[in-house]
Amino acid sequence: MRFLGLIIVCLTGALLLYGTGEFPDWGDPDSPASIHLSNYYIEKALEETQVPNLVTAVLADYRGFDTMFETAVVFCAGLACFLLLRDFKEKKERFYRHTPTGVILHVKNSKKILKTGKEFEHMDKDWVPADLIIKTVCRILIPFIQIYALYVVAHGDFSPGGGFQGGVIFGSSLILLAISYDLKTLIQRVKEKVLGIFAALGVLIYVGIGAICMFMGGNFLDYAKLAPLIPGDPHHIRALGMLGVEIGVGIAVTAAMVIIYINIVSAGRHDEGR
Amino acid sequence: MHWPIDLIVLTFVIFCAIGAISVKDLLGTTILFGAYSFMMCLLWAVMGAVDVAFTEASVGAGVSTVFFVAAVFRTSRRTKD
Repeated sequence: MRFLGLIIVCLTGALLLYGTGEFPDWGDPDSPASIHLSNYYIEKALEETQVPNLVTAVLADYRGFDTMFETAVVFCAGLACFLLLRDFKEKKERFYRHTPTGVILHVKNSKKILKTGKEFEHMDKDWVPADLIIKTVCRILIPFIQIYALYVVAHGDFSPGGGFQGGVIFGSSLILLAISYDLKTLIQRVKEKVLGIFAALGVLIYVGIGAICMFMGGNFLDYAKLAPLIPGDPHHIRALGMLGVEIGVGIAVTAAMVIIYINIVSAGRHDEGR
Repeated sequence: MHWPIDLIVLTFVIFCAIGAISVKDLLGTTILFGAYSFMMCLLWAVMGAVDVAFTEASVGAGVSTVFFVAAVFRTSRRTKD
């Protein structure tokens, strides 16, 4: 069976390599994409959208519809992880740690819930003491990562980056909090419900901006029609529309990444794991 | 002398890919996969696709490695075959 698999893989690989031979060269000016489409973007994008980064102009404006459904795909990935893995069953037994002495309590009565705070803290069977150096370094690092993520989202029009990358970086800063402290610290700060609402809200912002354009008499996601709503230079309106859309993407991606992480690492129970 | 940096990076990509499918330890596979993503990110940057390189660095080498490690942590560390 493994030999058969090897033959199939080699055959498919050979076919793919054979197919690559027909591709135009890298950066070939005569390739189909470079004949008229790229030229149009390179010549007209800055003039039409006032956005210096062509990639953002193409992704968020010329192909805004495409990016909208990409955001929806990320949202669906978070939703699928939640639906498949989330386990709402109440745990039978709990572990607590008495912080001043380090004594571990094993509570078998599921009704009895100790109040955690200065005296007791939550525990689970995978618990290892959080390292002081790691905790301190991550505590200092996380705000900078988050500022950088906001910069990437806000600067998507001018430099590489945008909502998707910025959202992933912001989400990974929250994941870093869960790794360096524990999962409970993250869930106490960012509630599961808030994450779900934010994931949906991001997609809604994107679709909402598109729908407002329709109400203003244009096509779906035709940002130029938003000009009467926003004061300022009307030529700059497409860049502002793209920024709004990128913020929506960023919110959705951040929430989806954190949802996926907390559901995978705790096998859906949201109490164990780091 | 002009170094063919894209070919050097491509060689690393192929070695990381072969390593990732042949290593028995799944945590090692995850790390190799992260290295693979980072090399791909370098390759995109060499080819001038900076936006794609940025996405590859943040999603491929960053978050997906964390997801894989989390999944290995919750399942088993050794492969069956």
